[in-house]
Amino acid sequence: MKLTDEEKKIAVETSQRILADYTSNKGVLIPVLQHIQKELGYVPPPAMEIVATHFDIPKVDVYSIVTFYNQFRLTPPGKNQIKVCMGTACHMRGGTIIMDSWKRRLEIDCGETTEDREFSLERVACVGCCTQAPVTVINEEIHPKVTPTRVDGLLLSYQLDKDKEAKKAGEDN
Amino acid sequence: MNSTSTTYAAKFEQLKEQSEACWNALKEKPLIMVGAATCGRAAGALEIIETFKNELANRQIDANVIEVGCMGHCYAEPMVIIQKPGHSAICYGYVSEGLASMLVREFVAGDDPCIEFALAALEINDFIPTFEDFPRGMVEKKIVMEHCGLINPEDIRHYIANGGYEALAQAVHKPGNEIISTIKSSGLRGRGGAGFPTGIKWETCRRAKGETKYVICNADEGDPGAFMDRTILESNPHQVLEGLALAARAVGATKGYIYIRAEYPLAVKRIETAITQAKEAGLLGNSILGSDFDLELEVFQGSGAFVCGEESALIASMEGEPGIPRHRPPFPAESGLWGNPTVINNVKTLSYIPHIVRKGADWFKETGTPDSPGTAIFALAGKVINTGLAEVPMGTTLSQIIYDVGSGIDGGKQFKAVQIGGPSGGCLPETFLDTPIDFDSLRQAGAMMGSGGMVVMDEDDCMVEIARYFLDFTQKESCGKCTFCRLGTKQMLDILERITKRQGKPEDIDTLFYLAENVKIGSLCNLGKTAPNPVLSTLRHFRDEYQAHIDEGRCPGLMCMDFIAYYILPDKCERSCDACVGSCPVESIFSNEDRIKVIDQEKCVKCNSCMDACPPQYSAIVKLSPPELVKERENG
Repeated sequence: MKLTDEEKKIAVETSQRILADYTSNKGVLIPVLQHIQKELGYVPPPAMEIVATHFDIPKVDVYSIVTFYNQFRLTPPGKNQIKVCMGTACHMRGGTIIMDSWKRRLEIDCGETTEDREFSLERVACVGCCTQAPVTVINEEIHPKVTPTRVDGLLLSYQLDKDKEAKKAGEDN
Repeated sequence: MNSTSTTYAAKFEQLKEQSEACWNALKEKPLIMVGAATCGRAAGALEIIETFKNELANRQIDANVIEVGCMGHCYAEPMVIIQKPGHSAICYGYVSEGLASMLVREFVAGDDPCIEFALAALEINDFIPTFEDFPRGMVEKKIVMEHCGLINPEDIRHYIANGGYEALAQAVHKPGNEIISTIKSSGLRGRGGAGFPTGIKWETCRRAKGETKYVICNADEGDPGAFMDRTILESNPHQVLEGLALAARAVGATKGYIYIRAEYPLAVKRIETAITQAKEAGLLGNSILGSDFDLELEVFQGSGAFVCGEESALIASMEGEPGIPRHRPPFPAESGLWGNPTVINNVKTLSYIPHIVRKGADWFKETGTPDSPGTAIFALAGKVINTGLAEVPMGTTLSQIIYDVGSGIDGGKQFKAVQIGGPSGGCLPETFLDTPIDFDSLRQAGAMMGSGGMVVMDEDDCMVEIARYFLDFTQKESCGKCTFCRLGTKQMLDILERITKRQGKPEDIDTLFYLAENVKIGSLCNLGKTAPNPVLSTLRHFRDEYQAHIDEGRCPGLMCMDFIAYYILPDKCERSCDACVGSCPVESIFSNEDRIKVIDQEKCVKCNSCMDACPPQYSAIVKLSPPELVKERENG
């Protein structure tokens, strides 16, 4: 996915602002990257370059951290982040079936973002809600006992919310 | 009072008095406690809290509504405890917004405790049985989880009023050696999985040379299917902090970290709140309770790498490196974070410490077995009726946990296996149900304690698929350092994937054994050493299932997609019911000339929706394996 100039600019400015509060002790490298991801939603190449300069380490070292840990993403996330839990309990209660439903409905594969950047789909190892399996997390909100029809319902409710917002925005203007 | 005359004990007494006053004041009014750990929130606890508050406001009733953690009865979430002066505290499960309004109306405003909706009472009374009266209560013994779900985790005073920080107040003037000898004689073993004696670890660290020492709480709970650490952190964070502070006092550390995985945002928030509160109360920070003991605690968020649960990988990640384990010795207790002696203990291990320091080693040894004293905490999930968290004495048998605590298998199905220890553990069949739970017995049986995830499987689960699932997990999480772990697990996974996709070969089973042995020998850390366990244990106990996949083209658990087909039994289908048609996401179900529903096998994506949708009185939809059976049935 190619970044726009605007996205690059935001990445550079945000990273510089964040780094101003941190020392260059390597122990804070991961917290810095976490902070950047928290604000930007992902860790783009321009941000990694600035981080490498700040800590005075090769760029590839930052890249190796970002790619080693599952938490970091290299591409911008969708507006709504859908995380399907693939823990043991969810797996046994049909986590794969739920993942398939999301893929089918959003027409993207796991790890991708929809064309309109509305939704991104990810798998998570376990969110620790094994008793409510299978679980899908949408923007930090946990949805328990998901079924393929519930997937349709959730998407519909997001569409309705969006329509409502659009209508409201139309009225406000 | 001047500072010289104030002893530590007096300072703490003052704190305790204030806390008890606050705690008792809470109970003067009706008190409504809503379980709002992550599991409760997923089931809608926050909406329930709102309902209670609105209903109380509408009726102008003066009552306290507080958020508490999780009692471990996760199956009944959202859970609510109502304590009204003059009544025993009563616990309600499966609370809906309607029930919440009713409880306010009938019980808080009126005087009817609605016992038909009660799960149990917390104190003995004449009307409602207590938790101890149920089989689960008889098996369970709570030490670490004693106050989980009964106090507000975001209020330090609740913890102090219930005996919290007393051990720390005693320990600030005790020499570290004394704490270590108590822990050593208690026989406490690390609850992270390996079961290493905690006291010996601490002693090594205390004796190690170095001015700076660190203590780290390992809360990087990465096992899929385990949520004990999350629940403890969310329900009683101060207990963990007190344990960590005692560890620091014992080994002589002044800086500590709590390493929590970032996937647990609520746990991170509650621990951070707890640290701030403890600092304000003078129980952390510089000169704790006015003594010469300083301790700075900080949260470090793990970035989602399973291997970081291994202590040397955890240290590497805190140093800003990829989480790759290194050779041990030297052990972290001698040379850990930034080369300094470091004690790393699991959340559960640390949670026992305040209790042991306060009540003594002999008290701790009364519970459990001689070699594994204390309790075991298990996250019970999968196909049991009552899922949740159970704390039982070590030595309890597997069947007691599954049938007494978990109330048996869901839906009247047949028990098949129990998976213990997550991706490093194994699957044990019915013949092992009498195995007592302790570190050594489980290892002998071919499973392991692990961190305590226990997933129960019934006749509908395919053991080959389960083995593939766990290996897929470890293979992805392998850090890549050791060749056998990196490539050997990949080869094994390829074979298992082939088997579950109907491409198994007769020689596959032997190759799996051969690879498994080599991965075990050729890996440095426990991730690789234990990665073949799920495969080995299923091969040992369920070889017939592997054979059915390879030789007969059949999946006995009816789970592997390529081995099954959905079929509607014509004699059971109710002709005028369209439930399945509406549920199908790909419109593969149609009515034939007799108005009986038929599945178009070409279109079917095997999503199971129709099976869920078919009303139970018909149960017309079945899975057939091998899928060719559908043609036979349709033609015959």
